[in-house]
Amino acid sequence: MDAPVIVIIGAGPAGTRAAQTVACAGLRPIVLDENQRQGGQIYRRQPENFTRPATKLYGASAASATALHNDFEALRPSIDYRPETQAWGVSDDLLLTECRGHADALRFDGLIIASGATDRIMPCPGWTLPGVFSLGGSQIALKAQACTIGQAPVFMGTGPLLYLVAWQYLQAGVKPRAVLDTSSLTTRLRGLGGLRRRPAVLVQGLRYMADLARAGVRLRSGIRPVRIEARQDGETPCAGAVVWQDGRGRTHRTDCDAVGMGYGLRSETQLADLLKCDFAFDALSRQWLPVTDRDGATSRAGVYLAGDGAGIRGADAAESAGALAALRCLQDMGRPVLESEMTRLRAALEPMNAFRHGLETGFPWPWRHAAALPDETVVCRCENVTAGDIRRAAGPLDSPEINRAKAFVRVGMGRCQGRMCGLAGAEILAAARGIAIEEAGRIRGAAPIKPLPAKIRGVVT
Amino acid sequence: MTGLFRRVAETGRPEIAITVDGHAVTALEGDTILTALLVAGDRLRFNEFDKMPRAGFCLMGACQDCRVWTEDGHELRACSTSVTPGLRIVTKEVPWTRP
Repeated sequence: MDAPVIVIIGAGPAGTRAAQTVACAGLRPIVLDENQRQGGQIYRRQPENFTRPATKLYGASAASATALHNDFEALRPSIDYRPETQAWGVSDDLLLTECRGHADALRFDGLIIASGATDRIMPCPGWTLPGVFSLGGSQIALKAQACTIGQAPVFMGTGPLLYLVAWQYLQAGVKPRAVLDTSSLTTRLRGLGGLRRRPAVLVQGLRYMADLARAGVRLRSGIRPVRIEARQDGETPCAGAVVWQDGRGRTHRTDCDAVGMGYGLRSETQLADLLKCDFAFDALSRQWLPVTDRDGATSRAGVYLAGDGAGIRGADAAESAGALAALRCLQDMGRPVLESEMTRLRAALEPMNAFRHGLETGFPWPWRHAAALPDETVVCRCENVTAGDIRRAAGPLDSPEINRAKAFVRVGMGRCQGRMCGLAGAEILAAARGIAIEEAGRIRGAAPIKPLPAKIRGVVT
Repeated sequence: MTGLFRRVAETGRPEIAITVDGHAVTALEGDTILTALLVAGDRLRFNEFDKMPRAGFCLMGACQDCRVWTEDGHELRACSTSVTPGLRIVTKEVPWTRP
């Protein structure tokens, strides 16, 4: 009998540890990653000709990042690693991929999806201006390209990444004009119970805030974004100021030359959707997520999820979850695995679950802001669909959920498939119809889950 | 025209000459197309619907708002494509119906 084929999607913390676990069991997994280099987003590597040490790039996580990179390099002879490869669709039991214009169809016996996450975005007027980037993007500019998004950026949104990125910019010699957090101090205290389960991480976050405050960076909490205003020196209008309201409703205007914005993360779940895995509404994050058991097994036999693509728990949890999902996959194939190792990994994930609860409670998605967005605000940046268009779909056009609204007004129909606008769009629709957010549904995944070149070669059997 | 991005390190890399909308732009080896264009300028493309300039957003291949074209019509995602010597980029799509 042929050895079973295990395909792993993603080479970040979860995908790497899954690959290592499968290789240790004597199988040769296929590892697909859309990036040029292994590491994922948080441990994204700089190009090979860059020279900054890991401590500069990853700060307190330098040891974890370096270990993940080194372990992967050691693993290379034992795995079938395919970088710059997009898993874009599913046909019956085949996974459809593309690499540099070449299509392929992979048969698999086990599939471990470690597709990660992107920034969770709440649009505001002016967010499509040049100079406005996602928080994750602001960090990638610095980490992977040694650039900052401007000389005087404002960071706006909520969550720990807000302070980490602002701190990293400060270390790079670019002092942020302000860090504007939509979560109030009272709200953050509510998250403390969960956050305390990982004291080292909590202390690190407080240190970033203290360093920023000491450097004179304006830190404001409980704010509400009003708009991003344009400045125009040349022919292109670019981000020039952030107008925001403080907790007492007073309006402020902070000049800047760039804005980094993000409100926590959202899971990349399109492939689980195409594989027809069951989804359930997660009230904590107000997102629909694929259903998994504690090991990452989905409702579909042979398909497993690990890392932030299965719910946001961060990089450390992703490493444990990747290894655990791989062990479960091997176990389900009838191969011998160490039950004690699975027990250890499950235990390691326990405080991560509590921490996640603390994060979502302390730095919540400010969903109420969506309902208050002015009608003219662009929500879907691909197709330029406004909040008013979505309200028209919800009211006069009587769309009961977001996919109908997509059909009527094209919200989420563009190239990004709703990755940027989907969550806010559903909130606007739910508020306009007076229904619960779970009734507004989620934008369904559709193949190809990312744009493919019109000219692609290969055989799909 | 001032660029949006600022280089804060790794500036000793070899230069690579590319062409953007017919103008010479100097990039550094290891730059993505997005980095090269935003160090030198302040936009990457125009939105198809309101025709307003865009300069990318997510930098991780998710938002697709950094798509540019080569002069011979290939579409590239600027945030995840590295510059190569002699690369010729246009920031406005050449109509594909043109003979």
